[in-house]
Amino acid sequence: MAIAASGTCLERNAWICGDYVRTRSDELWTATREHISLTVSSVPLGLVIAAVLVLFARRYRASVPWLGGLTNVLYTVPSLAFFALLLPVTGLSVTTVRIGLVAYTLVILFRGLLAGLDAVPDDVREAARGMGYGPARLLLTVELPLALPAIMAAIRVATVSTIALVTVGAVIGHGGLGNLIYDGLNSSFKSEVLTASVLCITLAIVADLLLVAVQ
Amino acid sequence: MSTLTSALDWLTTGASWRGEEGIATRLGEHVMLTATSVAIASAVALPIGIALGHLGRGGTLAINISNIGRAVPTLAVLVLLAIGPLGIGDLTTVLALTLFAIAPLVTNSYVGISEVDPGAVQAARGMGMSGGQVLRRVELPLALPMIFLGLRLATVQVVATATIAALIDGGGLGRFVVDGLANHEQNKVVGGAILVAVLALMVDGVLFVLTRLLTRVPRPTRARR
Repeated sequence: MAIAASGTCLERNAWICGDYVRTRSDELWTATREHISLTVSSVPLGLVIAAVLVLFARRYRASVPWLGGLTNVLYTVPSLAFFALLLPVTGLSVTTVRIGLVAYTLVILFRGLLAGLDAVPDDVREAARGMGYGPARLLLTVELPLALPAIMAAIRVATVSTIALVTVGAVIGHGGLGNLIYDGLNSSFKSEVLTASVLCITLAIVADLLLVAVQ
Repeated sequence: MSTLTSALDWLTTGASWRGEEGIATRLGEHVMLTATSVAIASAVALPIGIALGHLGRGGTLAINISNIGRAVPTLAVLVLLAIGPLGIGDLTTVLALTLFAIAPLVTNSYVGISEVDPGAVQAARGMGMSGGQVLRRVELPLALPMIFLGLRLATVQVVATATIAALIDGGGLGRFVVDGLANHEQNKVVGGAILVAVLALMVDGVLFVLTRLLTRVPRPTRARR
């Protein structure tokens, strides 16, 4: 299916092939867009869920080991198996991949958020309380800004890991650039696999740099 | 829920465990792939991480290795190797999994050694210990819990990731998931997924207990993690 197009590097099945990029730019662009949209829709959702869990954990300290353990268990379940386990519920849909990706970000984000907030010195907190800060204002104007570097570090790790993990979604047909990697495996299409892999790593690096810039 | 019931039926039927393509064989393959990859990765990564930590140099390198490791999809490495010179086979799978395990092993052993209390290291030097003695008698024992933690994280990740070996026709428990998806046998897909998840959690538990037994972390220092 792959070597129908003209051009010598496609005929030779070369690793690096400008003709491939030219003739398949639509396909590459679609895959890249799916890759980005899966990442962008998963990480923020994971962040919201992790934030809720962390607020709960800080209110009820005894739940910390349980929540930590639960997110850890989610992380231990292999991504491929996770997608497979969700199949009876959500089928071969993009939702299946998204749920899996969100579950994987939780362990990183939960730990990062909790550690970041816990690292805020107690005397800072006391001082703010003494100045009449309520719990919400304390969290938003004192604790969050101080915990921001740790939280951003966790978001970066979660984002980069998610971008790499999206590829596994290819087994159920929604893996962004992973779809091209998987397709290239079946047809031994070298430039397709290499181009998609390089794009995927580039996405991860660009996302990481963007997050650093935001910070 | 009927899928789950049929998956449990498949898991509890003796026949599905026997034979060359039975669960027992696949489980053995999965454990072998994991053990080989982690062993090779440890042999490569631990000396590097420990040396960097001992010399107090290359911290940026150690951290960068782990960041790059995270950004590179294992699926991409696996497929690139499979359609490249290595071809499809166990060697390809082991190499991909080894590369995958190296990053967390280097980082954790580096962090473990470099976070050893400088006071303890200086005291050891003051007692006239050589660099090698400091490493063997002070730094390594103190860094052991961290190094074992890295080993445990890496092993569990490799157990989980070894599943995708099935995508390049490799063995292991991933076969059930991948073949089940291809043949529309949902009981095998879900059953295989349950097997890998349980195996990963069991390995995690066993290594956790082993770490506790081998390093005998005194209570007070646990708080520092």
